[in-house]
Amino acid sequence: MPGHRAHAVRRPAWWRAPRTGGPLRRSTSDRMAGGVAGGLSARLGIDANLIRFAFILVALGAGTGLAAYVVAWLLVPAEGAPTSIGRRALADRRTVALALAFITVLVVVLLVMAAIGLTFTANLVGPVSIAAGGLVLVWRGADTEERAHLAELVGRTPLIGSPERRTRRATIARVGVGVILAIVGLANLVASRGPGLATVRAVLAVNLVIVGVLVVFGPWWLRLARDLAVERRERVRNEERANMAAAVHDSVLQTLALIQRAASDPGEVIRLARAQERELRAWLFEGRSPGSFNDADVATIAQAVSMIERDVEASHRVAVATVTVGDCELTVALRALLAAGREATVNAATWSGAPTVSLFVEVEPGQVSVFVRDRGKGFDPDAVGPDHRGIAESIRARMARHGGSAVIRSAAGHGTEVELIMPRTVEPS
Amino acid sequence: MSDTAAAGRARGGKVRVFLVDDHHLFLSGVRAELGDAVEVVGDADEVGAAIELIGERLPDVVLVDVHMPDGGGQAVIEAVGRIHPEVRFLALSVSDAAEDVIGVIRAGARGYVTKTISGPELTDAVERVAEGDAVFSPRLAGFVLDAFAADPNAAGGAVPSFDPELDQLTPREREVLRLIARGYAYKEVARELAISVKTVESHVSAVLRKLQLSSRHQLTRWATERRLL
Repeated sequence: MPGHRAHAVRRPAWWRAPRTGGPLRRSTSDRMAGGVAGGLSARLGIDANLIRFAFILVALGAGTGLAAYVVAWLLVPAEGAPTSIGRRALADRRTVALALAFITVLVVVLLVMAAIGLTFTANLVGPVSIAAGGLVLVWRGADTEERAHLAELVGRTPLIGSPERRTRRATIARVGVGVILAIVGLANLVASRGPGLATVRAVLAVNLVIVGVLVVFGPWWLRLARDLAVERRERVRNEERANMAAAVHDSVLQTLALIQRAASDPGEVIRLARAQERELRAWLFEGRSPGSFNDADVATIAQAVSMIERDVEASHRVAVATVTVGDCELTVALRALLAAGREATVNAATWSGAPTVSLFVEVEPGQVSVFVRDRGKGFDPDAVGPDHRGIAESIRARMARHGGSAVIRSAAGHGTEVELIMPRTVEPS
Repeated sequence: MSDTAAAGRARGGKVRVFLVDDHHLFLSGVRAELGDAVEVVGDADEVGAAIELIGERLPDVVLVDVHMPDGGGQAVIEAVGRIHPEVRFLALSVSDAAEDVIGVIRAGARGYVTKTISGPELTDAVERVAEGDAVFSPRLAGFVLDAFAADPNAAGGAVPSFDPELDQLTPREREVLRLIARGYAYKEVARELAISVKTVESHVSAVLRKLQLSSRHQLTRWATERRLL
């Protein structure tokens, strides 16, 4: 039947999906949690949602689907990543200890629940502890981008959402669920053992088990928690240092580079030094950080863009051709986006040698994109050493810290284009 | 290529250009930048004289400043366009106001460039306009993207709804305008999208037509509101 065949060629079956060759990789574009289903879909040519449904179905039984998913998350590298999360996580001793601690707590809790009569929990011990331990490894081993995605995922999850999003209703719901669980547990206990001395003995036994476990594992758990707190403080400090390095780079180091280039012109050197001095004072004594848009008079994207145009044209003697499409209020993430955009513009003005730098900013409902383009010398982005903080810190890391992305296209002799994209999320007010 | 432009080319091989600007310094600057690439057949520094002289000399392209006393470039384009529709206009300005730029385009200019444009680029733009194509600078592309924003909320709710025939840009037109706004030349746009320069030109001309024909009242309102943002 030719007609039938033509139909089959034109429209593939509903459960099919485009198939790609190559090894199995977790998808970074089509993902709900870890991108495992998206990756399997691309490898097998089966619709991703169908695979997700299968995982959920198997998870409903005894949590096996969940455990399988988390294990795949650990073992399969993400698209473009050299190693799997599992390999990275296992290399860190503290991460392994944390996962083990988590597993022991869970096993104990589930066994105690089984002992007091919730017998179905005994079946969950294996899968759930694998899944939970695995998730700990995933969290600790994930790169910045994936971690941001995870944080967003957790933030959206009911009951355990991050504190900023915690509302009155969520608190009531959480307390409600906890109380119901406790009542069910107690009821089970009473029902299975009957009233009287037996119940008291059972409760005593359960408590003894808990105390015993606490005596055995307690100190270890405590130490781990303390270690984690220390580590967290350290990370916050590191992040602060990175922010500060980016700010210093944007202002002081850039000005020093300009001064070196203008060494033969004393008037220019003095002007640059004065401007830098003013900026540093404003930062150190008034808390207005250089290169960012914290001033009260810069509240929208369009204002920030014209500020970049003004500043860069004044200090670098190039024309900045700015085009802004749409406008919106600046948020923390958008301020970071524009700070990275300013840095890219300054880089183009300083190094490209082109007389004009194009700066295009477009505000769309879901994202804000910034394009900085010059027709100058260009460079090989892969050949830039890690000691060049401008691209690594001020642009790439700054974007990643706020959940955005940066792509730099350049080739010697063909100019440079920097593409920065920041998703627009509704910030808690 | 139009008859006038063809005739101009046949006579001297060069596009005949007329300049209108009330800044004398700028007039001489543009003359120097254009150099020998085109034939400058005259200039004027005010609206009345410009209308008269253009009618007399019938140039291929008029480079007209947006901002001038007595109605600016818009007045010149409207007056000349009624009698000599074959004369083409390219607006040239330092003005940033969307209102003024959209105004001259809707009056009939075939393009808009800023005064920071380099000599060769300006010559190129003049020749393009002489051949009947549209010339979009990055800034004009940005204004148009803004005016035709897909989502009314994207530009602070200042975007009106248009007459359905002309109110939408096609996805391809949008892509072309985005690249122009990012600073790509037509040739670079063509390479990036893997299409010919001619196709880029026809997309841009289509956008120009939509800009000139869609409901006047609403576009003007958009431009006015945008200025207040």
